[in-house]
Amino acid sequence: MGTVAETPFHVLAVDDSQFDRKLIERLLKISSYQVTVVDSGSKALEFLGLYEEDEQRNLNPASVSPDEHIHRQDVEVNLIITDYCMPGMTGYDLLRKIKESESLKDIPVVIMSSENVPSRINRCLEDGAEDFFLKPVQLSDVKKLKPHLLKGRSKETEFNGNKRKGIENFDSSHDRTRYRYNAIDTDL
Amino acid sequence: MEVGQMQRRLVDYTKSLFMEGFLDSQFLQLQQLQDENNPDFVVEVVSLFFEDSEKLLNELTRALDQTNVEFKKVDAHVHQLKGSSSSIGAQRVKNACIAFRNFCEEQNTEACMRCLQQVKQEYYLVKNKLETMFRLEQQIVAAGGSIPIIEMSS
Repeated sequence: MGTVAETPFHVLAVDDSQFDRKLIERLLKISSYQVTVVDSGSKALEFLGLYEEDEQRNLNPASVSPDEHIHRQDVEVNLIITDYCMPGMTGYDLLRKIKESESLKDIPVVIMSSENVPSRINRCLEDGAEDFFLKPVQLSDVKKLKPHLLKGRSKETEFNGNKRKGIENFDSSHDRTRYRYNAIDTDL
Repeated sequence: MEVGQMQRRLVDYTKSLFMEGFLDSQFLQLQQLQDENNPDFVVEVVSLFFEDSEKLLNELTRALDQTNVEFKKVDAHVHQLKGSSSSIGAQRVKNACIAFRNFCEEQNTEACMRCLQQVKQEYYLVKNKLETMFRLEQQIVAAGGSIPIIEMSS
């Protein structure tokens, strides 16, 4: 798959159920992904280095240790897979926050839910989710993540040396994303 | 009993669980996630299921015991139990939860209490079956044998 050293893709999984976390972690690990699992949307945002109250951080720089912030920037996440039904911040809320963030919006997000609600599924896809998995999630579902991850990585090597933060020149890739979504749409 | 016999007994026992609807193909999916590097995955995940379920069943008993039953809360618990039983492949528990949710929607306390009894019954049944199955597996491993893989052409 190319001459670049193969770092495994890093997937961040979010689910409030301990049982579901164990399952998704195993599904991802067996598919050779590096996995981080958290139990809430807010913990996910924390891990991604995005704090809920950005203004607050500017007002109280002391409340966020700069070292911690820099450390988080170095953690690269290639895909986020999240449960929909979670107390507090739902998977949909998390999706919105990620897509509204300059630094995180290009990370592909996949939603999981045990309920087959078409309006819910469509809303998530329309608001930027790459895919929607019905629980129980199968190994075959996890296999579908590869193209989303590869797209992200090829974008990376294209803009070699630039980290995703603070980059404004993703316009062409945006078009690619939209094209991909439409392609999926017609497949459905 | 020699290993071959034990293995045959395990296969027959496991097959019966599928025939009788206690387990469905989702359980086979879980077994596929187990390998030499994660030899206890199924046992671990089933143990989590037991832990979760018993907590939920207690919550449900408490919730239905209230003078003013909060059906939204009851439904949320049943939804969770339905989810995990579905992920484990505990088919009869899952089906009992589906029926339960319908009565939550109707806000029918009597029917909900009957459903809870049904869910409990199915849960303890499948728990018993799974524990027996794990015991049989342990005996085989202790005797130096390997656990046979069930092929189901469902």
